[in-house]
This record gives sequence, structure tokens and C-alpha cells, in this order.
Amino acid sequence: MTLTILYFASLREALGQSREVLALPDEIGTVGALRHYLCERGDVWSRLAPGNNVRAAVNQQMARDEAALQGGDEVAFFPPVTGG
Amino acid sequence: MEVRVQEDDFDVGAETRALSAGRTDVGAVATFVGLVRGASDGVHSMTLEHYPGMTEQSLADIVAEAKTRWALLAVRVIHRVGPLVPGDQIVFVGVAGQHRGEAFAACEFIMDFLKTRAPFWKKEETPEGARWVDARDTDDDAAARWLDVESRR
Repeated sequence: MTLTILYFASLREALGQSREVLALPDEIGTVGALRHYLCERGDVWSRLAPGNNVRAAVNQQMARDEAALQGGDEVAFFPPVTGG
Repeated sequence: MEVRVQEDDFDVGAETRALSAGRTDVGAVATFVGLVRGASDGVHSMTLEHYPGMTEQSLADIVAEAKTRWALLAVRVIHRVGPLVPGDQIVFVGVAGQHRGEAFAACEFIMDFLKTRAPFWKKEETPEGARWVDARDTDDDAAARWLDVESRR
């Protein structure tokens, strides 16, 4: 399964990248599993761990950790929004 | 367009008039304009980052939700992105209805949801350096109070 993953704002700066295309093992079927998978890169990637207040969207809709993922999805991770 | 995300400034007068232009059924227009606040916080500039695509969609969804709650005749939401300085206009929300009740309520509802759901992030430049603005719990509280209120008409 291949996903496009986007990072925004302070998270983008901390990770040093704004976008990546990742081929993932099939067992990464949810947003929560993807978080865990990315956290295993270690170091700054631990920011994506649950409890660090990093939000997620799937195909440009806000998504919880239990949200299902499919090949071709666009997943985004970002801090709480501060517009307005 | 009902929803616009742009670097350019906007003309509040023109945007407000557009809400009722050419029609006679509008009895009330409520507007909100958000500005970059600077002096007291030492902020000398800021940059608004957003998530192109999701931003427009989330604003359209918020407007659609407002229209299910109140009988609105016209809505316009404009949010700026890119570099801004204190005093600059950031956001415009304008709502036209038959009466003031729905116009006031829907305008406030749209701002409360925009603050918590639309993917914008502010980075401030201060004499001590750049800092990302933290989300505020009070904004979450403001949005949450609408979840158990069907309508304030």
C-alpha cells in the first residue's frame, strides 16, 4: 500500500520535511498504526506518538486514530490549528 | 465565491455589499473581521501557513453546517495566508439573513468552527525569534458550546 504523507507547521519544521510517498506493509491499516510505524524511526519522529497533540487528516478530512487507510490515500499530520 | 483563501487583502465594504447586492429579501448582514494583533505581544510580523485543498474544503463544510442550522441567504468567508504584519486584516466572515438573530449567530458559529477546524497555522516573528502560536483551550470551548445547541435563532 502506497500513501502520500504530508506534514505541516511546527511538525514539518521538526521533521525537516513536508511530504513523502511511502510504501507500507499491509498491516498498517489505520491512522494509529501509521503513527506507530513512523514513531519507530526514532528521534524527532516520536512527536507523532499518541498524546503529543498531533492531529491527523485522511484525504483532507480530520481523522481519528481508528480511521482506516487505503492505498493512494493522502494522510496529513499537523499540530492543533491556529487560524482566524 | 463563498469561500476564498488568498494572500491579497480584501475590501470589507465591497465584501459586505456583495452579500445583499441585487436582492431585496435580506434584512440583516452580520460581519466579523479578524486583525493581526501585535503591539502588546512584541510581534512584528507573522506568516500564515495552511493546507491547500483541505483548507477550502473545511471552510465550505463549516458554511454548509451553518446553513443547516439557520436560514441563511448568503455567506462569504475570506482567509488570508502568507506574510502579515500587525494591523493587517486576516479573516472576513459575512452572513446575510432575513433577521439579525440568524445573522449574528451564524457569523459567530462560523468563526468558532474556523478557529478549531480549518487547517491554518500562525508563526509569529518577535524580537526573541520566531515561534509557532499554540492553540488555545478557550477556542475549543467556544466551538464545543455549539455542539449541544441546535439553534440560537
